[in-house]
This record gives sequence, structure tokens and C-alpha cells, in this order.
Amino acid sequence: MKFFSLLMLPMFVFGEDVLNTGDTAWMMISTALVLLMTPAGLAMFYGGMTRSKNVLNTYAMVVGAFVVGFLVWIVAGYSIAFGVNENSILQNVFGGFNHLFLDGIKWTDISGSYPTYVFITFQGTFAAIAIAIASGSVIGRMKFSTWITIVALWGVIVYAPIAHMVWGGTGAYLFDAGALDFAGGTVVHMNGGLAGLVLAILVGKRAGYPHIAMKPFSILFTAFGAALLWFGWYGFNGGSAFGANAIAGLAVLTTTIATSAGAITWMLLEWVIYKRPTLLGIASGIIAGLVAITPAAGFVSIGGSFVLGIVGSVVAFYGVVYMKKKLRYDDSLDAFGIHFLAGLWGALATAFLAIDDKELLWDGPLKASGDRLGQFFVQVESVVIVGLWTLVGTVVVYYIASFVTTGARVDDETEDIGLDKAIHAEKVLNQG
Amino acid sequence: MKKIEAIIKPHKLESVKDALIKANIEGMTVSEVKGYGRQQGQSELYRGAEYKVEFVSKIKIEIVVSNNQFAQKAIDAIKTHAKSGKIGDGKIFVYDIAKTIRIRTDEEDEDAL
Repeated sequence: MKFFSLLMLPMFVFGEDVLNTGDTAWMMISTALVLLMTPAGLAMFYGGMTRSKNVLNTYAMVVGAFVVGFLVWIVAGYSIAFGVNENSILQNVFGGFNHLFLDGIKWTDISGSYPTYVFITFQGTFAAIAIAIASGSVIGRMKFSTWITIVALWGVIVYAPIAHMVWGGTGAYLFDAGALDFAGGTVVHMNGGLAGLVLAILVGKRAGYPHIAMKPFSILFTAFGAALLWFGWYGFNGGSAFGANAIAGLAVLTTTIATSAGAITWMLLEWVIYKRPTLLGIASGIIAGLVAITPAAGFVSIGGSFVLGIVGSVVAFYGVVYMKKKLRYDDSLDAFGIHFLAGLWGALATAFLAIDDKELLWDGPLKASGDRLGQFFVQVESVVIVGLWTLVGTVVVYYIASFVTTGARVDDETEDIGLDKAIHAEKVLNQG
Repeated sequence: MKKIEAIIKPHKLESVKDALIKANIEGMTVSEVKGYGRQQGQSELYRGAEYKVEFVSKIKIEIVVSNNQFAQKAIDAIKTHAKSGKIGDGKIFVYDIAKTIRIRTDEEDEDAL
């Protein structure tokens, strides 16, 4: 059953595509759920962790990433990601420009069992959150103009080709190789997390890091943001079944198990190591669990989802608490530590934890011959290719954006006063 | 006339205030203050990063009473009700007051209290 490519290539399928109202309803709800993750969930999650003088700037970076990222998706991203290039060599990485501004797609078009316009909107929310995730690495010192420029370029140069390689249908390189990425562990989380690290290194550390105390504005906002992200993730993972069906049901359950397991794991690690179970730790474990299950949500068993969440949380904890200190980069809100590392773990572990069930699996070595090692090598290939593309693409994007906006970093005075006041002329809390 | 100044834990303020009212002490001034003593602050933990909080939030109470008897009552009330037995319960300072004037009526010293 080449169920997935059928959905991905709406242009070439006519006769058998019939609109199903249940699927359509679920995909529209899922779209709204994934939308909620960015301007509410991620924005609160990050905003709460930022110093009080930079909260509104952080929130604006996330919301700004969504609105710009989404429109870039409509202008060119969708065409590059899900278009079909007539040149079969280019089709490996690049869907072409046939659908710029959604040219050639009509409101009556059906993608599988629901309108193509719903598919486009749903996928647009993924494109937008991927770069919004990266903002967490560079808060408190990047110029807002540079950030917005980065978002616009990144959607076209980095995200769209990666989405094409993995999800772009027949002829797309990693799709043909048989990489398993159910809802975007590599495409969204590894990609966004690594982009964050690259930008953090290029723009430099915040003044005073790590010597002065940089306390979060309010852990309450962060915890609430994590809850909203979790809520929205039912659309992210459940919606990636592309229908109101049993696979969506599996994804919803595995997502909840892995997330709870991730949260408990982080809490216990802190309790043992620091003698304190912190709420920020529980919220961080929630995100690590969510990210780890994302590439595997519709493929794994109940036991597999426990393993994904627990180990995903351990890996992210290591990245945030130890690796960051050791390597001395200022990944301010740990976009890399959590999204890249837990996403990487999930992508690789999927090869071993996916159930050998032909009805669930996508085409690849595991489905073809039960070859888990072969599947693992495909997963490795996919994380290496996605990683390299992100790395090089993000460096290019950074330097173009930095050139266009005459320097990526705010001046010392702005950084000292705080970006809320200096850039936006707003304050997070006014008394009296 | 004596002035009693006490630095206490913020959550002890309510019970200290109630005890002072019971002891017929009619007025007090309260301020939110920060500082440290032998405790040398506390620390906070965020994702494994431990930050030393140098100054801990405290409440400062100021009371002026007319004689030693009232001063002792106030000290007893504060001592009993601000005590948790743990580090950081605070301190009480007692001063002599040279003069008191009520601004509205020009009354002075004991009459002004």
C-alpha cells in the first residue's frame, strides 16, 4: 500500500480520491492544534524561561517566525517540498517552482481523502514551527530584523528541501531510501534544533554568559507553554496519520505514554542528582518525550513508546545539563539540547522499535524484508543528510541575513537594557 | 521611649501582627527588604544551573513604644511568633528614642504615641 505517496502527490491522483468528512474534520482540527503549538505553546514555553527584560522579544521572535514562516511556505515552500520536479535528479531534493503561490492548485482538489488546501495549511504549520524552535538558541542578543530575515530565507533554503527529501514522494532521495519519520523528528525537530545551535555559535554568547545569573521570568509560563505544546502535539502526531483512523489512535496513545515517561525521567534525574524535583525539569522532560516519540509515533508499540520517552529524556538531560557546560556554547533555551538530541535519538531508535507490521510501516528495508539493521542505516543516512543540509544551509542563511540587516547582533546598550524596551518599546509587566 | 526594629521571615508577618495587636501595641511600620546574614543567601536551580541568590526577601517591622514594659511585650510577641527554629528567622534590635512628635496635633513624646 503506497498510501503515503498517494497523499503526498495529489496532482497525479484523480479517480480514487474521494472526500471523507471524518478525515477532513480531523485534519482541520489537527491543523488548528499544531498552530496552537507555536504562537501559544512554544512562545509561552520560551517566554517564561527568558530573563524578564527579554520576554516580549522572545515571544515576538516565536510569533514572528510563525507568521513569516507560514507565508514563505505558501509563496515557495510548499512548491519546493511537495511539488514534483520533472528533472529526476533535481526531484531528489527539490520539488520545483510549479506551485509558487499555490499556482495550479484548486479549492476542489483532494489529497487522499481531504482537501489539498487543508494538507497545505497543515504542512505550513510544521514549516513555521521548525524555525520557531531555533529561536530559543539565540534569544536576548539577536536583532529582530535579522531574525525575521533568517526565518524567511530558512523556510526556502533549509526547510523546504529537507521536507521534500523525506516526505516528497517517489523520486525524493530519503523517501525512496525508505527513511521512517512519522511526524517530523528529523524534518522539524532535529532540523530546528541544529539550526538553533548553528545560529547560537555564529551570533555569539549573551553578555556575561555563563558567569552572571540569568534567571527565568516565570516557570509558570514555561510549564503552561509545555502543556499547550503537549495539547497541540495530538495534531502534530495524530494528524500525521492523515486521517481519522486507527494509526492516528496509535500515535495519540504512544505520544501520551512517551511524554509522561519523559517527564518522570527528567524529574527523577534531578531528584537524584540535585535533590530537587523542579517544575522546569518536569516541563523539559515533557518536551523531550514529545520530541523523541515524534518520528516513531505511528510505528511503535506500547513498550517502544516507554523506551523512546525515557531514553529521549536522559539524552536531552545530558545535553542540557552536561554537554552545554562542557562545550561552552550558549544555546540559551536549549533548542539544540532538547529538540536536536531527542529528535536524533527518536529517529535512530525508530529502526529498532518500529513494529514489524506491514499495515503501519512505510516502504523501506524493514517493511520489505524485516531488515532492522538495513533500516537503521537508512535512518543514519537520513539524519546525516538532514544534519549536513541544515548545517550548511543555516550558515548560508545567517550570513545573508546578517549582511542584509548590517550585522546580526544588537549593540551592547540594547542587550544591557533588554530587548523588550530597546527594540519594541514595551514592558512585560506594568504596575500601577 | 523605645524603638523595636525586627527583621523577620515574610510568612511570619500575619501572626506577629496579630500578637502585637493582642499586646495592645497600636501601630507598626512594615517594609519589604532584602538582605543576608550568616545564612549567606540561598540558591535556585534551573536546568542544572545553580544560581546563588545573595539577597533573601525579608520583612522589616518598626514599632515605637512608650516604656520598657511595652517594649518587653513587643519583643516577646515577635520572638514567639516569628520563630521557626530554622536558619534565617531574623533579628530584633532595640533603640532609645530621643523625641516623638505627632504632626497633626504637635503633641510630643508619650502623648504622641
